Amino acid sequence: MTENDKASSRPTVADRSPSAAIAVDHLVKVYKQTRAVDDISFTLPRGSITGLLGGNGAGKTTTIAMIMGLVLPTSGRVQVLGHRMPEESAAVLGRMNFESPYVDMPMRLTVRQNLTVFGKLYAVKNLSDRIAKLAADLDLTDFIDRANGKLSAGQKTRVALAKALINQPELLLLDEPTASLDPDTADWVRAHLERYRRDNDATILLASHNMLEVERLCDRVIIMKRGRIEDDDAPEAIMARYNRTTLEEVFLDVARGRANGTKEAAR
Amino acid sequence: MTDLSLHRGISLHRIGAMILRYWYLLLSSWPRLLELLYWPALQVITWGFLQLYIAENASFFARAGGTLIGAVILWDILFRGQLGFSISFLEEMWARNLGNLMMSPLKPIEFLLSLMVMSLIRLAIGVIPMTLLALFLFHFNVYALGLPLIAFFCNLIFTSWSVGIFVSGLVLRNGLGAESIVWTLMFAILPLACVYYPVSVLPVWLQYVAWALPPTYAFEGMRALLIEHTFRTDLMLQALAINALLLAASFWAFLALLRSAREHGSLLSGGE
Repeated sequence: MTENDKASSRPTVADRSPSAAIAVDHLVKVYKQTRAVDDISFTLPRGSITGLLGGNGAGKTTTIAMIMGLVLPTSGRVQVLGHRMPEESAAVLGRMNFESPYVDMPMRLTVRQNLTVFGKLYAVKNLSDRIAKLAADLDLTDFIDRANGKLSAGQKTRVALAKALINQPELLLLDEPTASLDPDTADWVRAHLERYRRDNDATILLASHNMLEVERLCDRVIIMKRGRIEDDDAPEAIMARYNRTTLEEVFLDVARGRANGTKEAAR
Repeated sequence: MTDLSLHRGISLHRIGAMILRYWYLLLSSWPRLLELLYWPALQVITWGFLQLYIAENASFFARAGGTLIGAVILWDILFRGQLGFSISFLEEMWARNLGNLMMSPLKPIEFLLSLMVMSLIRLAIGVIPMTLLALFLFHFNVYALGLPLIAFFCNLIFTSWSVGIFVSGLVLRNGLGAESIVWTLMFAILPLACVYYPVSVLPVWLQYVAWALPPTYAFEGMRALLIEHTFRTDLMLQALAINALLLAASFWAFLALLRSAREHGSLLSGGE
């Protein structure tokens, strides 16, 4: 029996949660000898903000890539907005979007040209109004006709966020959304994400190394280590379980293998 | 672009969006525009003078006026057609934009169709001035070939797209480390497609290989037209049939390579 067969023979998270924004069920990704993601399952309700935490190589990016359909799982299932990925991706790709440091916007195109192209790809109605609103909301107006390659890191991040919001996605996947931003701009981006989630009842899955960001934004945290889920709960509950006052301390406990001892001591 | 189906719900709107993206890119960069004109012009001037020199010293070439310069123009349709396709694809790799496209509702077939349209646009920018140069400098009017020119053009552009689709799939799967294939693969066809000489020059066993390549039919057809003043419809139909097979095979290979890239996680790296 293959891993796929085993996964399909038991009741699945995806089966139980057809209305979930994301349902990941016994997901495994093996690259040659490496198990990048090792049998993880979780379900994200619609309207939630969840943080995906873990050190480098923990499997966060591979997990997000499998949710997006960019990487095929070795076994297990992913369901997004009620549709199986990647088989039914055509039904959901227009309703989700993402931002990641692994991709860029074309450098020679101006901000307006980039947003126009992506707006058309996502079949956004009243596109010029939508671009004007995003430009106002994300403070892009001063450089909207400047080439993307001539922007500062902070400006590029805001443009990438504008692209991620161009289709008013129901589901937003963010990989390090505030990396390379100064504290003021990062705080401003976080406030915008909170507002977007509240106003649109959107679901956000956020991979980050910034623990303060996760504490502030997320109502749930999934901690990954070596491809497995190490913990999964509300930030306050996790901190209490590890007897810590910040997620950063929890992260260090998990990364340095002190997790079990700390949890025992807390009990 | 994770939906691997070829035919379901093709959107002209999304194809138009991609063409707009490449059009913005072309207009934003004068070196890109100049490069489109530079090499074809250099080719036609060099080969045009060579043709003049040979024609003055060999009675056969005097009779068969235009075969060399005609071959150069048709070769450029084949070569530039493939480059026009592949460079637009490479622009996405260089810009690290492929992930954005893959995550958008754009389907692979729409992406490929937009690259085909861009290859025609880039080809027009490069080759039309080239044909005018040939007319004014060497009095060779490629448009005087008439309707057969359309048959030659279609067969050559179909082959260029097949090669373009296949090499784009290879780069997608293997990253920019495979970029050199884009620039060199077509040159492997050059001696076998008998661009500048008839198929009969080749050893018999190699002639079978040559006749498996659609461009061979176009170049043989052009020589038949210029030397014997005969349009070989049979050659064009055979080329069209092989091109249909090649295009289908290249689509299949692209989708297989895209699937393999997703299995191996290559779409996340995209680099070397």
